[in-house]
Amino acid sequence: MDLNMNLNAPHSMGTTIIGVTYNGGVVLGADSRTSTGMYVANRASDKITQLTENVYVCRSGSAADSQIVSDYVRYFLHQHTIQLGQPATVKVAANLIRLLSYNNKNMLETGLIVGGWDKYEGGKIYGIPLGGTLIEQPFAIGGSGSSYLYGFFDQAWKEGMTKDEAEQLVVKAVSLAIARDGASGGVVRTVIINSEGVTRNFYPGDKLPLWHEELEPQNSLLDILNSSSPEPMNI
Amino acid sequence: MSKSVVEMPPKGGFSFDLCKRNEMLSKKGVNPPSFRKTGTTIVGLIFQDGVILGADTRATEGPIVCDKNCEKIHYMAPNIYCCGAGTAADTEAVTDMVSSQLQLHRYHTGRESRVVTALTLLKRHLFNYQGYVSAALVLGGVDVTGPHLHTIYPHGSTDTLPFATMGSGSLAAMAVFESKYREGLTRDEGIALVTEAICSGIFNDLGSGSNVDVCVITKAGKEYLRNHLQPNPRTYTSSKGYSFPKKTEVLLTKITPLKEKVEIIEGGDAMEE
Repeated sequence: MDLNMNLNAPHSMGTTIIGVTYNGGVVLGADSRTSTGMYVANRASDKITQLTENVYVCRSGSAADSQIVSDYVRYFLHQHTIQLGQPATVKVAANLIRLLSYNNKNMLETGLIVGGWDKYEGGKIYGIPLGGTLIEQPFAIGGSGSSYLYGFFDQAWKEGMTKDEAEQLVVKAVSLAIARDGASGGVVRTVIINSEGVTRNFYPGDKLPLWHEELEPQNSLLDILNSSSPEPMNI
Repeated sequence: MSKSVVEMPPKGGFSFDLCKRNEMLSKKGVNPPSFRKTGTTIVGLIFQDGVILGADTRATEGPIVCDKNCEKIHYMAPNIYCCGAGTAADTEAVTDMVSSQLQLHRYHTGRESRVVTALTLLKRHLFNYQGYVSAALVLGGVDVTGPHLHTIYPHGSTDTLPFATMGSGSLAAMAVFESKYREGLTRDEGIALVTEAICSGIFNDLGSGSNVDVCVITKAGKEYLRNHLQPNPRTYTSSKGYSFPKKTEVLLTKITPLKEKVEIIEGGDAMEE
């Protein structure tokens, strides 16, 4: 067996990230797995990063690259918000990311999905894939897990969904991708942004729906931990 | 323009002749000497009232153990410490550099350093060098905003975690943490768990070995437990100990005075303007 796990490989987020618009706002979703080669370096990472009060970004690709891009954009948007005296628009945020991704396309390896709400255009989703192009979309999917989801979204996405419908769609889609994509896993995180503000939700990995050939957990470590024994491995 | 027949020496720029030579040599199996790398187990966790960091003390150079009791928990600030894995020179240099930047920042602001500040300085530096500064770090500390634990990878990505492991022994140590870590550990439980995780690296990973260093950081202060556990004591120490009663002998003493080499010429040409 080839056990070359390559722990020195750069950190990359084999990922499933999703952004969906609904009537009144947007829902962003992501899994929580960060891996180096074959090793899961972080099983509970947060790939939905805050840029401003009303704009968030889903990160995929190299962890280092996407973190540096979002750090710069957060800094620029902070300045911009102060100068403007009002919240930045989603379009401005997306354009700044595009600018950095396009100008440094030879250095960077990131695919990002920006989502947010502003008073001019309402809820908006922008995709900024590898080359640094900017695409406004009603829904966007990204990361390695997205290949399993194109057909599903073509079928399941509808114009004018409610907030709950949209969030359920996102959770279902991420859990489907987790089931089929080895590089995605862990928990599902969602962020809902609308005129009211921002809501963050968390769906633990053992509470996700089970798909084809998946089994109910039996004698899992989680049951043992819940039995509140001080030495879980000694049972 | 026709090419000159006579080979002219290059006027400037870089010469890559040696790169070609090295490539040829390594193809033939003559590899250049390697850096001192610390095949390492380093860990950290958040407990009831702070952060505990842990490290083994083996430094290796290829298959050779070159230091049996080195220090891998580096000082960053009075309230922040950092474990380093990867190339020893890089972890040492990068932590020293950032700790001095933090000290200057404290002089400037008159406030205690924050862990996020150290984190940002480290990740910026590592990202700039695109992974060529091979330092994998576990950064821990307690500041005005509470206890913090981060991991930093050589390419500049960072994670924020309640428990973290790094280095070649990270898998062995993580297995211990994943099965036994819980929230709100006491100080003694925390130290015991960190020690167990490092021991798991020491005994199951070839790159790690020797002793366990631990550093406990709380709001009240830090406690650096150097060689907290020594699971691999020397078994062959002489019971009488070693002594060298005969001092270094002086065989010969000879003093050679330096010769005056400067010559002063009187009446040279005056300097022109």
